[in-house]
Amino acid sequence: MEQKSIISITNLTKEFPVGKGHFTALDKVNIEFGVGEFAGLVGPSGSGKTTLLNIIGSLDTPTTGDAIVMGQSISKLSHKQSALLRNHHIGFIFQTFNLLPVYTVYENVEFALLLQNMSSGERHKAVMEALEWVGLTDKEKSKPSMLSGGESQRVAIARAMVKKPQIVLADEPTANLDSKNSHHILQTMKKLNEELKVTFIFATHDEKVMMYLNRVVNLADGRIVSDERVMNHVKAQ
Amino acid sequence: MFKFILKGLLRDKRRSLLPVIVVSIGVFLTVFMSGWLTGVFKDMIDVNANFTTGHVKIMTRSYAENENQIPNDLALTGVDSLMSELNSRYPEMEWVARIHFGGLIDIPDEQGETRAQGQAVGMGIDLFDNSLEAERMNIPSSVVKGRIPSISGEALISDDFAEKFNVAVGDEMTLFGSTMNGAMMFQTYTISGTVRFGAAMLDRGAVIVDIEDAREAMDMQDAAGEILGYSKEGLYDDEQVSVIKESFNSAFTNPDDEFSPVMLRLRDQQGLDEYLALSESISFMMMLIFVLAMSIVLWNTGLLGGLRRYTEYGIRLALGEEKSQIYKTMLYEALLIGLIGSVIGTALGLSAAWYLQTYGLDFGDMMANSTMMMPQVFRAYISPRLFYIGFIPGTFAMVLGTALAGFAIYKRKTAKLFKELEV
Repeated sequence: MEQKSIISITNLTKEFPVGKGHFTALDKVNIEFGVGEFAGLVGPSGSGKTTLLNIIGSLDTPTTGDAIVMGQSISKLSHKQSALLRNHHIGFIFQTFNLLPVYTVYENVEFALLLQNMSSGERHKAVMEALEWVGLTDKEKSKPSMLSGGESQRVAIARAMVKKPQIVLADEPTANLDSKNSHHILQTMKKLNEELKVTFIFATHDEKVMMYLNRVVNLADGRIVSDERVMNHVKAQ
Repeated sequence: MFKFILKGLLRDKRRSLLPVIVVSIGVFLTVFMSGWLTGVFKDMIDVNANFTTGHVKIMTRSYAENENQIPNDLALTGVDSLMSELNSRYPEMEWVARIHFGGLIDIPDEQGETRAQGQAVGMGIDLFDNSLEAERMNIPSSVVKGRIPSISGEALISDDFAEKFNVAVGDEMTLFGSTMNGAMMFQTYTISGTVRFGAAMLDRGAVIVDIEDAREAMDMQDAAGEILGYSKEGLYDDEQVSVIKESFNSAFTNPDDEFSPVMLRLRDQQGLDEYLALSESISFMMMLIFVLAMSIVLWNTGLLGGLRRYTEYGIRLALGEEKSQIYKTMLYEALLIGLIGSVIGTALGLSAAWYLQTYGLDFGDMMANSTMMMPQVFRAYISPRLFYIGFIPGTFAMVLGTALAGFAIYKRKTAKLFKELEV
């Protein structure tokens, strides 16, 4: 079945200045992601996975070529427009969780909604719903320091999901988790992907993550070397 | 959002309590030091004004030219009418006449023969008529033995002189000198008490009598060496006295008459202009250095506070907060911390300054042989400036430091920043 494109990348090249020359992180990349995909960018360190995620997440811009995300050209977005895109449509999940340590679980999840000027009633409803998705309603008043690694990453997922984004970008989300917690997290994300039709794109080289993906894009030296749709080994429970 | 920032500030002690303590200490030191310096310089000016210069002083032109020689033959005459004129023209000032004189003190023994002699540096001031002169010259607290003269014919003498020549309260002394007309003068007084001002210049052979006694002894009826004016508010105001000086001199001073009166401001006398300029510039420079030093410390606090939270800013960027919004919240936080610290520091600084203004620090023993006209007790002075000066390093520097720390975030490309933030 043809999926509607949510991300379209055309001839994208990204170069970083190194001394007097430059390093090519992405080299004429062409790829599209459809709505509701559970895709992974796979490859060794330095292959360009994170750079591609950053460009899709409007944290960076292409040197040449273009990335169209949710119908908006990343190259042409102002700071304000790219912040709006991230705030409303893109969720981020990081390897090191990156929760704000002085705030409670509830406040960490609520923060993204504060930026949307949502009323407190609406925020409360959305935060509790997001915590329910990840099974952490009983931890709403806990501080991040009181959580395990798995719980912290689930809070990070709730924070990414609370604004109901169309795209979630996850950079090595299981790298700091043990096997059991990794599967738990991946199950949660897979469930959200299937129920809410959110597009998930991972940057990973974790075999456990690959078991859940329905599309694996292999990168090497800034180029796509393979792009395969795969049958899921693991279904959401 | 404001509530969110406030929660963060209250919960993260390193973000709130520590900077508030640093700001408070810095502001406290700035306010306190400023108050103390101002007080010391003000006291030095006051001592000179009270003892010698007044806020303004009127003398004849020729007396003013030879003031060091105390030329009473060139003294002002018609003082009563001049004082009336001054009181009606310039009611904002208190006007007092004084006579300075030099001479010889002779202490007789029981047979009337000279037992002791010494130089006299005398002053005739208004000790009666409910005058403020005795308080102005700090005589009540400078009396060592006996009391201030209460009737005509009594005198206070230097306690050093009395000790040296074994003179007791109640003894008689004869003052030798010259009258206003150049004739020989000798007058006998009963010693009512001894004084020590703590400055060698004032204590060497000091003789203090009531001005009417001095007039009688020196044939200076309706005359005085000088008339001093003091602002009734008690503070030397250069602008105010400059206006009075100009008005008086244009009305009374005649360039062709050497006996015509001339008015000088405090800063026109005894090199006080240079001293005032010097004290103002030293005070300004010390405060500037202090404010700058504190500003650097507090700026650094703001800078470190900003750097410590780079990861947080990275997360907020990723969650869709704009760089400018992050920058603004940083500045709001710094402003809030700066204001709270400045208020606390200013309150503490003012309290310490008030204590020193009330009680002072007594350096009398260290200055026993000083010939300078300096106060023995160094006090602070709470001026209106103290209420806001601490806010310069406290708030401005804190916000500036944070602004500079945040500027790096504001100027960098988001992706580069994101990488540096190690998110």
